[in-house]
Amino acid sequence: MARMKFLCDADRCIECNACVTACKNENEVPWGINRRRVVTINDGKPGERSISMACMHCTDAPCAAVCPVDCFYVTVDKVVLHSKDLCIGCGYCFYACPFGAPQYPKVGNFGSRGKMDKCTFCAGGPEADLSPAEFQKYGSNRLAEGKLPLCAEMCSTKSLLAGDGDIIAKIYKERVVKRGYGSGAWGWKTAYKETVAI
Amino acid sequence: MRLSRSILSFFAVLGVVLSLGLSSPATAQQNAPVNPTASSVREDQLLNALKPGGAAEIGGRITIPDGKAATLIRPAGREWREFHQGTMHLVGAVAILGMIAVLVGFYFTRGKIMISGGPSGSTITRFGAFDRFIHWTTAGCFIVLAISGLNITFGKVLLMPIIGEVGFSALSQLGKYAHNYLAFPFMIGLALMFLVWVKDNIPGMIDVQWFASGGGLIGKGHPKAKRFNGGQKMVFWSVILGGAALSVSGWYLLFPYTAGGVLNLQFWNVVHGIVGVVLIGAMLAHAYIGSVGMEGAFDAMGSGEVDLNWAREHHILWVEDEMKKGVIPARLQAAE
Repeated sequence: MARMKFLCDADRCIECNACVTACKNENEVPWGINRRRVVTINDGKPGERSISMACMHCTDAPCAAVCPVDCFYVTVDKVVLHSKDLCIGCGYCFYACPFGAPQYPKVGNFGSRGKMDKCTFCAGGPEADLSPAEFQKYGSNRLAEGKLPLCAEMCSTKSLLAGDGDIIAKIYKERVVKRGYGSGAWGWKTAYKETVAI
Repeated sequence: MRLSRSILSFFAVLGVVLSLGLSSPATAQQNAPVNPTASSVREDQLLNALKPGGAAEIGGRITIPDGKAATLIRPAGREWREFHQGTMHLVGAVAILGMIAVLVGFYFTRGKIMISGGPSGSTITRFGAFDRFIHWTTAGCFIVLAISGLNITFGKVLLMPIIGEVGFSALSQLGKYAHNYLAFPFMIGLALMFLVWVKDNIPGMIDVQWFASGGGLIGKGHPKAKRFNGGQKMVFWSVILGGAALSVSGWYLLFPYTAGGVLNLQFWNVVHGIVGVVLIGAMLAHAYIGSVGMEGAFDAMGSGEVDLNWAREHHILWVEDEMKKGVIPARLQAAE
């Protein structure tokens, strides 16, 4: 069974932040939350690279392991999703996540952070596919429509890849072999304990 | 050494200059290897640079207003997860089940500790209304905090299979709010207990003797003690110090944006969890000896009036002091 993954080819990313904007708009993400972001490493130095990062939908996801109420589940496509109805907003997933994916709608102290929000790989939530309730809580469910996450689909340089992990790894590998360089499949070692062997 | 190296580099430069001069400029441009990654930042280098004691996060610059999002990868999350799902469960189970096993074992070997002279029928005031009020405020909060805290770690395994995920989520949400709000009366109670009882809890030589003679728990006879004996002083200081650690760590967990980053929150969570279960273990022992474990002990925090014989056996020096102050009626003093 295929595992859905993201792969950001940092040698192509031009830090346009269109993926960030597309995600916010497609999913009507609450104010203050960015499910996806672009981080520039070694900014202004020779060899700087920008990487678009969101929830990596890890194998053996730490968020799911530490959740005290077990609100996470994994879809048939191996996308890591959660139920906002079960979430108690305790913040444990936020402590455990290596990618800073879980976020809360309120800066609220006093534990009133609200329900956790994170990237859904444009796969909605536990509600019925494409229902208004699902959209209101989790945003778009493009996977149910046979589409891939919008961030990757509209990436102008095709730096951000999303889809079957084996296929996007193959695309990245071919690119690296052809052009002769690559800065790595960012986050893969941490998320999947493996990287794309070139 | 340095001289020979500079001579060598001189000849090397000379060689390069000569060879460049010989070849035509056009071919030199074509043959020069173009390698955009020569100085490019690579993930594996950055991951390898994350050593204990060094940087723990890979981060950079970000253009969205949320500065926290500038952290790209924080592998420490995986270590915290190992702690929370492994060590935390183990320490919690050992501290609580271990203490229960010790107490049950103690009950069946030593039995309930009785007043050896039997109750005298006359009482002496041990704790006034305010003392008892702050004790029970703190204790009541602690019980709810302990249960809701244990629920966060163990509820998923123990309770959720019984009541189902929806009911368990609702209960845990309630527990979270109770934990957040009861933290404040708990902290106030802690501060008051410290102020009211610290003067009688300064450790001294008498406590060393108390422990050396088994504290009345092991062997026969009762070592002398003032208002609080060595064991009670240990309870006092574990509550004060443990409570302070729980308050500070809990404060940061309650106000996460004051902690200064997720790595600090992970640290405070470890402190909160470990100190929490150890203190729960200690409080089980305290509750045991203050109720079913000893005849006459509960009255101290129940009515506040303890039997005079109980007081003489456990706190003879305190009783003598009270007598000197004239707190105890003369007719009882004569009986001695």
